[in-house]
Amino acid sequence: MAILELENIHGGYGQTEILHDISMRVEPGEIVVIIGPNGAGKSTAMKSVFGLLNLTSGRILLDDVDITNTPPEKVVRQGVCYVPQTGNIFPNLSVHENLEMGAYVRQDDFSGRLDEIYELFPPLVEKRNLPAGTLSGGQRQMVAMGKALMLDPKILLLDEPSAGLSPKYRGEIFKVVRDINEAGTPILMVEQNAKQALGIADRAYILVDGKNRLDDTGKNLLANKEVAEMFLGGGKTEVKKPAVRKARGTPKT
Amino acid sequence: MIDFINFHLIPGLVLGSIYALGAIGVTLTFGILRFANFAHGEIMTLGAYLTLTMMWLTGWHPLILLPVTMVILSLIVIGMDQAFFKPFRNSPAVTVVIASFGLMLMIRSVTQFSWGAQLQAFVPGIQRPNVFFDALRISPKHILIVISAMVLMLVVHWVLAHTRIGKAMRAMSDSPELARLTGINTELVIKATWILGACMAAAAGVFLAYDSHVSTMMGFQILLPTFAAAIVGGIGRPYGAMAGGLLIGVTEELSSYAWLGDGPLLEPGYKAGVSFAIMIGVLIWRPSGLFRGRVF
Repeated sequence: MAILELENIHGGYGQTEILHDISMRVEPGEIVVIIGPNGAGKSTAMKSVFGLLNLTSGRILLDDVDITNTPPEKVVRQGVCYVPQTGNIFPNLSVHENLEMGAYVRQDDFSGRLDEIYELFPPLVEKRNLPAGTLSGGQRQMVAMGKALMLDPKILLLDEPSAGLSPKYRGEIFKVVRDINEAGTPILMVEQNAKQALGIADRAYILVDGKNRLDDTGKNLLANKEVAEMFLGGGKTEVKKPAVRKARGTPKT
Repeated sequence: MIDFINFHLIPGLVLGSIYALGAIGVTLTFGILRFANFAHGEIMTLGAYLTLTMMWLTGWHPLILLPVTMVILSLIVIGMDQAFFKPFRNSPAVTVVIASFGLMLMIRSVTQFSWGAQLQAFVPGIQRPNVFFDALRISPKHILIVISAMVLMLVVHWVLAHTRIGKAMRAMSDSPELARLTGINTELVIKATWILGACMAAAAGVFLAYDSHVSTMMGFQILLPTFAAAIVGGIGRPYGAMAGGLLIGVTEELSSYAWLGDGPLLEPGYKAGVSFAIMIGVLIWRPSGLFRGRVF
């Protein structure tokens, strides 16, 4: 049974339709990547899950429950967390307070979860009392993801987590995404860095002009000639998979 | 020297505390609801009149009645928000500012209609100050005002830094969109903002009335220096509002001290201009304010 399923959705902002019949699904434990050229509707498709746009037809199922057009503050309570591409942290709140805000909808004691997040992102431990806005780009992404993970979501949505980062940090963020997934959280991610993203993806969807173009396993898409021409610099460059890091053994609470 | 303390520094601290309390509400509203609330001055006035009425009824001291005033004023302000501001939640800031301007005129008219336009006082007559060490003249009400203001500011600090709702208020001030995506109940945060702002406005109004008199224009008269205090401190920064309020209050009073020669440096009539001079200076040299608030 799929954790998340988008069934033939149509929709956009206001009257403008951006998504014309998109379908995708995320199975338990998967990393699913959405790639495509600019303006293909990648981020829009992801936002549709979070109730940020107006769907005119089709439906979205979370664990077989219909969440079509549910407003974001309710989707969060259903166990979906979304990390936008920009503006994904509270810059004037400390790192620790950002994580606390991530757990805002939790009524129980979340101190154990806080420890797990710090274990997942060791660099944040010594910065915990600094305003999150003073951190480097890579560490801010960690805060943003850590904040989202505080709820121990059923599925994590990431919008271009590596955008604007230096290559060194980019590699680190992809490793972190893998770690989060290995700790048990399914991930749906939009990415510009198609090669690296396909490298860690279980499956991927390629969108063009608001429609599904291709979907397959990450491995097959990396080997696909059309994909290579479209996104991977003519397929000349060698495809390298990022090193698999051992899971940190963060138990799912 | 002793004149400097008696007639300039102490009144400056008193005035500064009042500005600071008013500016906390202005800056919180600006940070979280994103508009300059022109009705804030009248909210202070309303607080003073509510206290005056309860004093007539009970004969109690205004500072003892202050907590009751805070509760009543908070309820009134939440009602105002529901009726006048909630319909404009997704409107451009200019629309909301105009709405607040209209609300200001409405509250003032209601106040004048209910309590009359003439000056009134909490305590009629002139109170003699206590004299310490044969020279230092401090009136007990000034001591009470400054200490109460400090306590209230500590309470604001505690709420913002250590409570769940206070942190959510700061989060929403940082980014309303992300607050919503995080699942923060934004309407609840807005209510909390109004309550905290109204409580501080009640205190500012009551202290101002306690220090001088109650009039239907009192809040409006200090509204502009209060805005200046919020801007000087950095828009959206509650600690900045406290610092800005004290800075402006003290500077206003110190400007009429005889710094050079015998006469006042600046005639007391020009006091009101001082806050604007500081504000303009800050806007030119440090537009984000002392505590790095928002820049427009």
